[in-house]
Amino acid sequence: MANLITLESLAAPASAADMRAKLENGGCSSGSCGSSGGPADMAPEIWEKVKDHPCYSEEAHHYFARMHVAVAPACNIQCNYCNRKYDCANESRPGVVSERLTPEQAVRKVVAVANTVPQLSVLGIAGPGDACYDWRKTRATFEEVAKRIPDIKLCLSTNGLALPDYIDEIAALNIDHVTVTINMIDPEIGTRIYPWVFFRNKRWTGLDASKILHERQMESLDLLAARRILIKVNSVMIPGINDEHLIEVSRVVKAKGAFLHNVMPLISDPAHGTQFGLTGQRGPTAMELKALQDKLGDGAKLMRHCRQCRADAVGLLGEDRGQEFTMDKLPEEVEFDPARREAYRAVVAESRGEHATTKAAAGATLAAIETAPTVLVAVATKGGGRINQHFGHASEFQVFEVSPAGITLIGHRKVENYCQGGWGEDATLDGLIAALEGVSNVLCARIGTCPKDTLAAAGITASDAHAYDWIEAGIAAWYAATYRTEIRLTA
Amino acid sequence: MAYKIIASQCTACGACEFECPSAAIAMKRETYIIDATKCTECEGSFDKPQCASVCPVPKTCVPA
Repeated sequence: MANLITLESLAAPASAADMRAKLENGGCSSGSCGSSGGPADMAPEIWEKVKDHPCYSEEAHHYFARMHVAVAPACNIQCNYCNRKYDCANESRPGVVSERLTPEQAVRKVVAVANTVPQLSVLGIAGPGDACYDWRKTRATFEEVAKRIPDIKLCLSTNGLALPDYIDEIAALNIDHVTVTINMIDPEIGTRIYPWVFFRNKRWTGLDASKILHERQMESLDLLAARRILIKVNSVMIPGINDEHLIEVSRVVKAKGAFLHNVMPLISDPAHGTQFGLTGQRGPTAMELKALQDKLGDGAKLMRHCRQCRADAVGLLGEDRGQEFTMDKLPEEVEFDPARREAYRAVVAESRGEHATTKAAAGATLAAIETAPTVLVAVATKGGGRINQHFGHASEFQVFEVSPAGITLIGHRKVENYCQGGWGEDATLDGLIAALEGVSNVLCARIGTCPKDTLAAAGITASDAHAYDWIEAGIAAWYAATYRTEIRLTA
Repeated sequence: MAYKIIASQCTACGACEFECPSAAIAMKRETYIIDATKCTECEGSFDKPQCASVCPVPKTCVPA
């Protein structure tokens, strides 16, 4: 369980002190969805829009939760990484849902979650089809939720084909974040990704399909930018098809006003029944993804903490509490109660201030080290911005790049829980070591001698000396201890 | 003169329902069905039946 505030604690009167304690114990199990931008490297008007958005702000993803409601199952294009029959396998495995909701059911669910999960700050509609193509259901849901919960942010995810038809309604609904999935700006490349699109009452195939899609996507970016709606662009990295091309995509979409470009790895498995799964098209490795993201890094605000969550995900990034809120568990009538949300926001404001101070101090520590290598450090965290998870309980690690220039979140690595109690743990540990490719050091709340020795044999150090510290403070302390000593020894 | 939906393959996405110019398609239990008395195969409206053109699953929305 990786909850910031548990359901149990909320059953009792939740005090600000309780919330503070829970925050220190962790909450966000997220590793990679959003920009690492903060006030220092982001325009103030953009920061104001993204600061409570867990997907768009790496800093916010420690504190705030999102939910998606699967009200829009219809889609107007076919992607080779998506199989509609078994639900889309890719992109947050975003088409994957366990129950589809009518707009009325969705509103009931959102209010119930807002009452129980005070971290909830964002409602997104990301399919499982296309939120703009299935617009009537998207609009009906947003209209009613905005009436009930005035402070919730609304966002939607689309392929852009239908967006220009509804741009005025999108603006009128105060949807301030739109994600457009753009995998190419060259229709020739598009032919290898999109077998068909349905547009103006006709199914188009081949180059025509990709030309239409491309033109509409570019038009969507222009229309959104003109209305000052925040634009994020998602791209699925498909090795051998669009991997190098995404550099050009990034340049173009940023020139058109996208404030974030999020490159996600293709998820491809024959079991998903997708075209790519069936043809054996592979996804990129973690290091291939990082290499591409590094190339895009100059001036690109990348969402290194993106988790590719499901179209019906509920909770902090990296956790999914959707199963707690299925329709059969919801009461017929729910009234919105803002009390807990307001209390939680006050606690977060205080905690964020402390976190910012800690980050600045960590930066100063690192800057004092003159020559030292750039290394990757993996952190086991349940959220709240702290090193607070047991090594064996981590289902993923946040990976930070560390050098005297500073500490940057560069992604997350999903792993099989090592500590499952029983047999097969050695095999899991091998997988875990493979998942930590390129990482020099692991920081966690606790680690046993045995896994520590195995990691050491693989050239990875691990430590629980910085348990419950802020992540940046722990990393800076470890880095300074390691490389200052080295300098002293060699001097 | 009508189309039909093969229920076992239908994903119930509903795209056909709102593309249908004849309001011939509706949700019934877990799937969508086409009312053969209303279906015109889009003749007079479009070149090809809209339901089959937008259906994401091959060979699922077919002539009855």
